[in-house]
Amino acid sequence: MIRFTLNGTPHEVGEVSPTTTMLDYVRENLHMTGTKEGCAEGDCGACTVVRIVDGSFEAVNSCLMQIGQADGIEILTVEGLEAINGGALTPVQDAMATGGGTQCGFCTPGFIGALFALEQSGELSGDDASDDIIHDALAGNLCRCTGYRPIVEAARDACGKVVDYTPQPAIDRASEHTTRDQVFHAPQTLSELMRLRAAHPAAMMLAGGTDLGLSVSKDRQKPAVVILTAHVAELLEIEEADDALILGAAVSYTRALPFIDRLYPSFAEMMRRIGSRQIRNLGTIGGNIGNASPIGDTPPCLIALDATITLASTDGERELAIEDFFLDYRKTDLRPGEIISRIRIPKLTAAQSFRTYKVSKRYDQDISAVIGGYRLTLDGDTVTDARIAYGGMAATPKRAVAMEAALNGAAWSEETAAAAGLKAAQDFAPLTDHRATAEYRARVAVNLCTRLYRDLAGTETELEVVRV
Amino acid sequence: MDGDDIRGAVHTNMRHDSAVKHVTGRAVYIDDMPVPPNCQETALVLSPYASARIVLIDTSEAAGMPGVSVVISAKDIPGINDIAPVFADEPMLADATADYAGMPVAAVAADTYDQALAAAKRIKIEYEELEPVLSIEEAWEKGLFTYTPPKIVFGDAEDAIKKSPNTVFGDVSCGGQDHFYLESHIALALPGEDSDVTVYSSTQHPTEVQHGVSHVLGVAQNDVTVEVRRMGGGFGGKESQSTIVAGIAALLAVKCHKPVKLRLRRDDDMIATGKRHDFLFKYRMGFDDTGRIDSAIIDMAARSGNVADLSAGVVARALCHGNNAYYIPNVLFRGWPCKTNTVSNTAFRGFGGPQGMIAIETAIEHIARELGKTVEDVRAVNWMGTTDRNVMPYGQTVTENIMPEIAERLAREIDLDGRKKAIDEFNASHTTLKKGIALMPVTFGISFNAPVLNQAGALVHVYTDGSVHLNHGGTEMGQGLFTKVAQVVSSVFQIDIDHVKISATRTDKVPNTGPTAASAGSDLNGMAAFNAADEIRQRMAGVVAGHFGVPEDEIEFRQNRVYAGNESLSFAQAAEKTWLERVSLSATGYYKTPDIHWDAETMTGSPFYYFTFGASVSEVVIDTLTGESRVLTTDILQDVGSSLNPSIDLGQIEGAFVQGMGWVTSEELVWDPKGRLMTHGPSTYKIPGSRDVPPHFKVHILEDVPNPVPTIYRSKAVGEPPVMLAISVWLALRDAVSRTGAPKLMPKLDAPATPEAILIALEDLKQRSAA
Repeated sequence: MIRFTLNGTPHEVGEVSPTTTMLDYVRENLHMTGTKEGCAEGDCGACTVVRIVDGSFEAVNSCLMQIGQADGIEILTVEGLEAINGGALTPVQDAMATGGGTQCGFCTPGFIGALFALEQSGELSGDDASDDIIHDALAGNLCRCTGYRPIVEAARDACGKVVDYTPQPAIDRASEHTTRDQVFHAPQTLSELMRLRAAHPAAMMLAGGTDLGLSVSKDRQKPAVVILTAHVAELLEIEEADDALILGAAVSYTRALPFIDRLYPSFAEMMRRIGSRQIRNLGTIGGNIGNASPIGDTPPCLIALDATITLASTDGERELAIEDFFLDYRKTDLRPGEIISRIRIPKLTAAQSFRTYKVSKRYDQDISAVIGGYRLTLDGDTVTDARIAYGGMAATPKRAVAMEAALNGAAWSEETAAAAGLKAAQDFAPLTDHRATAEYRARVAVNLCTRLYRDLAGTETELEVVRV
Repeated sequence: MDGDDIRGAVHTNMRHDSAVKHVTGRAVYIDDMPVPPNCQETALVLSPYASARIVLIDTSEAAGMPGVSVVISAKDIPGINDIAPVFADEPMLADATADYAGMPVAAVAADTYDQALAAAKRIKIEYEELEPVLSIEEAWEKGLFTYTPPKIVFGDAEDAIKKSPNTVFGDVSCGGQDHFYLESHIALALPGEDSDVTVYSSTQHPTEVQHGVSHVLGVAQNDVTVEVRRMGGGFGGKESQSTIVAGIAALLAVKCHKPVKLRLRRDDDMIATGKRHDFLFKYRMGFDDTGRIDSAIIDMAARSGNVADLSAGVVARALCHGNNAYYIPNVLFRGWPCKTNTVSNTAFRGFGGPQGMIAIETAIEHIARELGKTVEDVRAVNWMGTTDRNVMPYGQTVTENIMPEIAERLAREIDLDGRKKAIDEFNASHTTLKKGIALMPVTFGISFNAPVLNQAGALVHVYTDGSVHLNHGGTEMGQGLFTKVAQVVSSVFQIDIDHVKISATRTDKVPNTGPTAASAGSDLNGMAAFNAADEIRQRMAGVVAGHFGVPEDEIEFRQNRVYAGNESLSFAQAAEKTWLERVSLSATGYYKTPDIHWDAETMTGSPFYYFTFGASVSEVVIDTLTGESRVLTTDILQDVGSSLNPSIDLGQIEGAFVQGMGWVTSEELVWDPKGRLMTHGPSTYKIPGSRDVPPHFKVHILEDVPNPVPTIYRSKAVGEPPVMLAISVWLALRDAVSRTGAPKLMPKLDAPATPEAILIALEDLKQRSAA
């Protein structure tokens, strides 16, 4: 039995497929139609609802969240906001209605969800209504009517007006939800997860569901067995060792970000462009790796950072350099019964610099045409070690071996950087698709080396003008 | 609002009537309507081929699948398989041939969507693939057009260009654009008694849906009722395209005698329905040493798609705006509506106007570069006049023209010259980043080119408690039309707007309507509602005058009361009095736009009742290593006449601008070599997000400029013109590119200016500058 708190009231799901999306569930089963479907792929935000986990309010895409993932948590839809605010419009609703923040209104409930989560987070406190934070919170919501100005102003207007709502007591989670033709496992321990993994080799392994969830939300598949990794205690651990950051594979981007931000700020800056808050609240770095997409954004960074992953099964654990994990297009070294359990990212030494550059048509919530990750170790002006990897340039995230070789031992200058960039032609033979042509990808891969030099040299600090 | 005023009068800021319903999720869209328990869901089968002969359709297996009520293909259409809005050329379901990848071929209704989808996959269709024509160039070369190519001829451009001291020629193109309304297409059809069917359709044109459904079902128009309360966005995409969806739903409903809902999922919506026309332009310009244009020859080739749909209107408007704000004595503008095996393109906010302006503004810039002048210098000698040099190429004389003042005022207020100097300095001190700036003037004609569409009806009832029921032929897609028209009625009766009930658009209340389009919604429906309300007001005045024994012209409606000197009745009392006197409190109102005429054969006439004027300046920065760009500032000065509702007009201007900005920057439609759309969801098709809006974005509505012609309360249309203001972003991006090379060279930058397009333009300019 799936149970969660819905709009302040305990709710029990009856005989309903556990892989039903929360969007379909509230609209079709509960006839609560405030929440909208705009795309069913987590990119428009019209379906945004708020989930409350451990007292924190997070926006999530209800089109990607399966109700099995909601077991034990609290969900607020647009219908519930007045109810938890004494029957009055919440400040974000009032600001949106008053300030011209709605035109056709179809995207509005989703914006309300994103804005409500933002206001409840307390990030916008007092006068500190930073537009950067607001854009970050709205990156997962598309509006085609207003041009956004009044929506951003509504966020500012509601700034600091947190609704005094005490989340309901946690509901115990079940470790399994069974219906006539489906089983949804939600193990709590690694050993249980590995046992299930071994027993159900064909099961859908679900962490946040922001990618695999599409097979359910868009392709309307109904997997017979699902194994949710999101509640496995060991996979949720974050450990900062002396020489490395170790992330459990089911740690969400959102939870990882403060650590990444402190240790690898460029990585964090890019990570804020992965999906949206809605996606990052559910999505995991482990999932981004396991998914093995050639255009995933974290693998090139992790390769450049010399990260390793731990693969666990009932037979034991093994550790693998992440670059060795990706074998071919969507093909990995993951063996039957194995799961990714941890990611270990070495810390940067004083002599090391790390940068990543993501190039896409839109700054926020777009998939990269090209992404490069660069870790340079310098001894004075000499490059002693260059680790470079690109995404979008091959069938897998891939190291730029020739580029690295051109830099290793060379004097670090704009000329050597540019010359190394030209080695991209030896390292990669990119493809043309709807995001970019092969020629553009090749050219940008080259030019990003020049950007790297100028960025590290601080000669073009206003690059931020373009990027923010 | 003054204490003496009523709440909601015209010229005041009223928020959208549904604003609170929007923010609480209580606004009901068609997919939110409660449906009977036997309502069927629908899945479509779309052609995978851009061009194919359909050899066989076998629906037998699908029909036997669980939950399935009915399966249809073209042969099941009892009426005529044609839903074309203008010409008779558009099948609802592919019959002998499939003419674009994504063309609906069959449909299934079943108890659940998943059942319908499963059954749709079991429909066996055999295709014989044919060689498609996929590009504008190929169709143009082969002379494949969807209707007879039109042209505007003014003077003798070919002769004049031979005599011109200077000439430039070039080409430029602009991409299409998906509407990306957040609510995708939907229809809910309910079969009734006899041949009746009621269709709830997300449409900007209920009458056309009614006609389409009646054609397809082979029933009379009075058998079909179409209703729409609100859409989740339209932007032109629901002007003609809704008929496909409504027609299929209605046919399924009639066939299975159950309610049927058809909601296109996002990908199907983007694949199966039309978009903004992409255009290819070739221009030749003749001009003197000051830059004054003597002759303009512009070929405008549009991707019409597999059928004409609304292309005739779109291309006509492109041709009519091919001179934008300028007087050109000798003009030859030729339109080429190219017939391709891609989805038929359709109406999209601006309706050809933005495309026409892309061409002329490129040519103006080219002239400026050729002469070593600024674009502003060249514009200054070419502005359309008011007493002299004031005839549009299609023959309409312009008498009221504030375009030069607006452009010059904006340039002055934002210190365009100073900003250019600052940009020079920035660029001199930066290697990677380069800035650019540009001004865009927009002169846009208001009225449908086709005079017949410029009519509207309204229906107003006053009840005996003084409450008012308002209905009209316009549709609400978010633009605030219902609010504005309610303000009109509120003002006529001088009652608070809260007493005016806004109701859903229905073909059985106000018949034979035109589409809500061409920015004309409030001009047309506002005036029709005014006429209806005014008729009732006069009747009430007569009754109240009789009651108080005063002449009728002494009756005054103000502050929710009806006055005869010092005596008065409340509006409700006056209404009841009118009823007691057995005088009707219900009236229809009608309106047709006066003084317009158009000859579509010769492309001459005075099609526009008036023009709107606006200008924008945008400043951008590009990264010369990657082609990424950001819009840094935008300032807008826009004429909206005496605004019916300044806050709603502001929303229209801002929203249209950002939408236009997407069209010229990040929104790129990509087809694969087989003609299949690859960008069919928000994960692949990138409309602007909140961060893309210029951090400095200031819109100024021009004050004290009542419309010189007697429109509703002297307001002006606002929906489309600001789309074209976004061309300033594109021109500024080209300016930034230009500043990396020789100023005389014309950078080769088409729209959309994606990072890739900008990088290519930079490299091309670098090579040519070096040569």
